[in-house]
Amino acid sequence: MTDPTQPAESDGIRTVSVEAVVAAIILLFGLVTAFESWRLGARWTDDGPGAGYFPFYIGLVICFASAGILVKALRTRASDTAVFVDRPSLRRVLQVLIPAALYVLAVQFIGIYVASALYIALFMVLLGKYGWPRSLIVGAVVSIVFFFMFEVWFKVPLFKGALNPTGFLGY
Amino acid sequence: MGEIQSLMQGFAVVLSPMNVLLMFVGIILGVLIGVLPGLGGANGVAILLPLTFTMPPTSAIIMLSCIYWGALFGGAITSILFNIPGEPWSVATTFDGYPMAQNGQAGAALTAAFTSSFIGAFVAVVMITFLAPLVAKFALKFGSPEFFAVYLLTFCSFVGMGKGSPLKILVAMALGFALAAVGMDTVTGQLRLTFGSTELMRGFDFLIAVIGLFGIGEILLSMEEGLEFKGKRARIDPKVVLQTWKLLPKYWVTSVRSSLVGIWMGITPGGATPASFMSYGLAKKMSKDGDKFGTGQIEGVIAPETAAHAAGTSALLPMLALGIPGSPTAAVLLGGLLIWGLQPGPLLFVEQKDFVWGLIASMYLGNLVGLIVVLTTVPLFASILRIPFSIVAPVIIVICAIGAYTVHGAMLDVWFMLGFGIIGYVFKKLDYPLAPLVLALVLGDKAEDAFRQSMLASQGDLMILWSNPLVGSITTLALLMLFWPLIARLIAKVRAPKADEFAAQRPVD
Repeated sequence: MTDPTQPAESDGIRTVSVEAVVAAIILLFGLVTAFESWRLGARWTDDGPGAGYFPFYIGLVICFASAGILVKALRTRASDTAVFVDRPSLRRVLQVLIPAALYVLAVQFIGIYVASALYIALFMVLLGKYGWPRSLIVGAVVSIVFFFMFEVWFKVPLFKGALNPTGFLGY
Repeated sequence: MGEIQSLMQGFAVVLSPMNVLLMFVGIILGVLIGVLPGLGGANGVAILLPLTFTMPPTSAIIMLSCIYWGALFGGAITSILFNIPGEPWSVATTFDGYPMAQNGQAGAALTAAFTSSFIGAFVAVVMITFLAPLVAKFALKFGSPEFFAVYLLTFCSFVGMGKGSPLKILVAMALGFALAAVGMDTVTGQLRLTFGSTELMRGFDFLIAVIGLFGIGEILLSMEEGLEFKGKRARIDPKVVLQTWKLLPKYWVTSVRSSLVGIWMGITPGGATPASFMSYGLAKKMSKDGDKFGTGQIEGVIAPETAAHAAGTSALLPMLALGIPGSPTAAVLLGGLLIWGLQPGPLLFVEQKDFVWGLIASMYLGNLVGLIVVLTTVPLFASILRIPFSIVAPVIIVICAIGAYTVHGAMLDVWFMLGFGIIGYVFKKLDYPLAPLVLALVLGDKAEDAFRQSMLASQGDLMILWSNPLVGSITTLALLMLFWPLIARLIAKVRAPKADEFAAQRPVD
């Protein structure tokens, strides 16, 4: 993906630039797919088509199509000045995306239940300007509801991490 | 009338207390999903799919398909009351639905929307009941070249019938196929595109992709617009319902036309969104009040809703009879069938009669239950949208994370989900369609198998795709679809094209 924090000329990143960068990344992806499939054996072997036969052509399709998009984006670069995302919008998007990434990181260590309760509470306090007691209660209630729905009713275990807050219940 | 008999047996399967309960649970969850931003039919079903792993397949599919019906109903609520389409296929409903709500006719608009949804779905289910067994019987004769040709036709139709840049449709599709190839090769057992990582051996599960692309991606998009819900209040009292029902028969021509448009677009991979726009456009052109459309005409609500629901339902026909889903949600349901150990396709009608007819019977009942549930509970669901976004957003992200984790019980999948979310956001903004990507990811292995088996049979000669009239005509049609954007350009040079009225509003999906 593009680095969304890079400074833009006017107020925000231009759509054509993002278009070009995304097309370039996809082109790279297509090349990797094609080369790796070629290495695996994209040709006819003794007992039929090799493992890379199908993905190789898929890789080629990706390369040609994304190259087409890239060329078109570079051509219209001067004339097309549409803005991909302006600064306030980008800020709002990152306000959701960054906490979401931190949340997933937290889940990795302290498990889904505790991390979810904390994440919802913090999100409400920091972005929603709610008071601490209310936020903590909402977070805890949501986690408890999920606990009953998944572990108790549908018998689907969730990731508990190091804290294992429900260990004493036998789950 | 073997179908009627089989259908009656299906009703017998469905009408157990447990299944009826699951039907209600499914509809309510579905409407909830349809109303909430960021959760839609496809990712809602994907998130709840792991809950059904322990259930018998028939109960599971009843609940999941009811979630789908619920989501189809739910999209109309936000469109009419809040002018925010909850789902892409309800964009066209906002054109006349929201003005009706502004004129104080919210109750009538909602009743008309729900009832037409029901009618559209009903017509489509009747069609499925009689057509699906025929299609399945016909497809029993298919060999791998025929199957590959049908896959080819499905994907080429996206290019030929899709909106937006054909190159982007092609890229989205090929990316799906490439991601599907990651992991163990089903034929040779070789590891492909894993680059030595053991975690990648599992490959990319399409459920993770669906949850990320549609769920997280939508949340990021809604956040960008700085969502504040300002909606009309609505209560539906029985008097309004009856009054609206009295009006509806007047518009039977619109209903029939919209159902047919919906069924056609649903069976071909056009999908519910273009169906609703096409139907709205046709109604506007053909109605005698056509120039009043957009100011709150009830006909402008009936047309898109009937078509969207008919298309959404018909999308299950190719999924059941051929194993080829007509929409992302149908693709997720197909993934479910595979997980429960059922092989979708023509053999399903022979080997799993109870399952197939149970599902078809549940479509009749599920839509009836759905109509009753939404008519009685609209105020409740409308109030959910008044919960501030700063509470709804983190809860939805938590739900997505749980959904992604439960698919395989792997934390890495949750990170993939986040990554797919960013891809979904960027692709949506750049008008890359997501539906072909998801469908390719689901069908990748099967399409590849069919291709390799055909190639094996012919020793690498592509002419096997024209080896008999059936496979030859499907393949030719597919190539025609693939090159349609070029052909259309040539035609446009000769003759001036007709302008597409709603081109700007119609989302790429």
